[in-house]
Amino acid sequence: MFHRESGVFKTTYGADMALFPLPVARWTVLAMAAVFIVLVPLTVGEYYVSIINLILIAVVGALGLNILVGYTGQISIGHGAFMSVGAYTAANLITRLDAPFWLALPAGGAMAALVGALVGIPSLRIKGLYLAIATLAAQLIIEWTINHVPWISGGIQASIEVPRPTFFGVQLRSQVQLYLFLMAFVVIAIVATMNLMRSRIGRAFIAIRDQDIAAEIIGIDIFRYKLWAFAISSFYAGVTGVLYTYYLGIANYEQFQIGVSIDYLAMIIIGGLGSVLGSIFGAIFVTLLPIATRWILEGVGGFFFSQADLLNIIPNLRLILFGGLIIVFLALEPEGLARLWRNIVSYFRVWPFSY
Amino acid sequence: MSAAADRTGASPGEVQLAVAGVSKHFGGVRAVEDVSIAVRQGEILSVIGPNGAGKTTLLNMISGFFHPGTGSITLEGRNITHAPPSRVAALGIARTFQNIALFSGMTVLDNVMLGRHVHMKAGVLASFVYWGWARREEIAHRARAEEVLEFLQLQDIRKQPTGALAYGLRKRVELARALALEPKILLLDEPMAGMNQEEKQDVARYILDANRLWGTTIILIEHDMAVVMDISDRVAVFERGRKIADGSPDGVQRDPAVIHAYLGTARTLREAAE
Repeated sequence: MFHRESGVFKTTYGADMALFPLPVARWTVLAMAAVFIVLVPLTVGEYYVSIINLILIAVVGALGLNILVGYTGQISIGHGAFMSVGAYTAANLITRLDAPFWLALPAGGAMAALVGALVGIPSLRIKGLYLAIATLAAQLIIEWTINHVPWISGGIQASIEVPRPTFFGVQLRSQVQLYLFLMAFVVIAIVATMNLMRSRIGRAFIAIRDQDIAAEIIGIDIFRYKLWAFAISSFYAGVTGVLYTYYLGIANYEQFQIGVSIDYLAMIIIGGLGSVLGSIFGAIFVTLLPIATRWILEGVGGFFFSQADLLNIIPNLRLILFGGLIIVFLALEPEGLARLWRNIVSYFRVWPFSY
Repeated sequence: MSAAADRTGASPGEVQLAVAGVSKHFGGVRAVEDVSIAVRQGEILSVIGPNGAGKTTLLNMISGFFHPGTGSITLEGRNITHAPPSRVAALGIARTFQNIALFSGMTVLDNVMLGRHVHMKAGVLASFVYWGWARREEIAHRARAEEVLEFLQLQDIRKQPTGALAYGLRKRVELARALALEPKILLLDEPMAGMNQEEKQDVARYILDANRLWGTTIILIEHDMAVVMDISDRVAVFERGRKIADGSPDGVQRDPAVIHAYLGTARTLREAAE
């Protein structure tokens, strides 16, 4: 990341294929781990930790969506709904059966994966815009179903209250405890995604994105792998939904409406399609954007607008910024923030002699 | 890589791929009409003919993109007439395309590793974990991929994305990906199109080497007659969807039907010669 790789020679294929092939990169990762696991909880205030927690949850979802959209080249506008499938599955398990988090999380993910794979079935025949509409339909159908089946949604206002997870008998009450809990899943999600994308299955996904005919000719069963991509991606979405539910203390379908699907698409487009780092950047950026605009407008907006106008402007400005940024990134830097980051790194890699 | 005997069930000279009475019509167009070819283990068979003669359609039917309207295709006694392309690949038939079909976002190495896909077993869970045997499998197949890269002299560009490579190199990477599959039969659709004489010689050498080293059966579509006559064991000539000749390069060149198809009537040829 922040290093130059001269003078390191690899003598085995295994060494060449490691995630972090250079010792200095491994130290960087360890140092970052120390900062995030020790320093952040000790120094950052409760409110800011709660914002970081939102980012952590978004990272898991963005990684999942990027596997489907960025790596496999399929589109989904239904990820908000897949999150709600995970959320309500877990909420029901937790409230009815008293399920612990290590059961509720994978169960929520698995149910979302099942629904996601079902929604992915049309992807064999339809592509692009048509697939987008099919997944959009899934979003609306799932929303409607949850809202209208009290057995799933718990009846009143379609919301189920859920207690915070318990870890070795200790209930996670503070934001810092929740932060460490979420961070563990983020690390697992990042490492799992990186592993997936450098192995047989991940290569098959990228092959389908780049050239589906050639993928078939070298023996990749396209239908099966597209379904896997939908299932894996939706599993991440389901887990994201469960994490949201734990974070908010409530499962509510309003948290997973179509706007959320669009937000996550914005994350991976702005962050960088087909990039793990891009998913992280995008999650940070899109989560912070509305918070930052609110801070700024509350700070200086009073000089230009009345208080009543501000209440109107803040949520709408967020939408305008979103739309604008997506267009800017699609037009100017389709590979997103991750590409900008790589450009900066490669500039300093050869600095000061860039020839 | 393994010797020919390990790779295929058939011994040299035995019929490995039997195309029997195959026809394919697109609407009113008879792209391929009642074609039969017996491809023998270890031979280099060239398919030639004017544009639109049905050569590529034949390859597409063998590799499973199209399924013939009538007739059957049999690989080592197994009926693959209606098998999908991924199944045909798993059974040991690899191919390259007339218009290069590489995965342009991936490196040369990853493209070649995808050629190993059918030989690898790691599933989704093993891929997530990437530890123990999944990692060992990946390393073992990396070694195989490196052998192919070495064979085609691609080592120095193994980490470059294929989208940025020159045309001749991309053709070679596509060949590498097909060879990484360790195919029993390799289908090559105009592997030398758009190349200069030197590059053509290189490709011809790779084809001959692959054939001799690993006993790979090769079915080749090519328009450069000098190359075809030099490297082929057998030549099949197509015209308007039908096979009009099939035999040794020398025999085919003297065949009046072939001369007719390529140069007009035999009479005009004689007149032209005079």
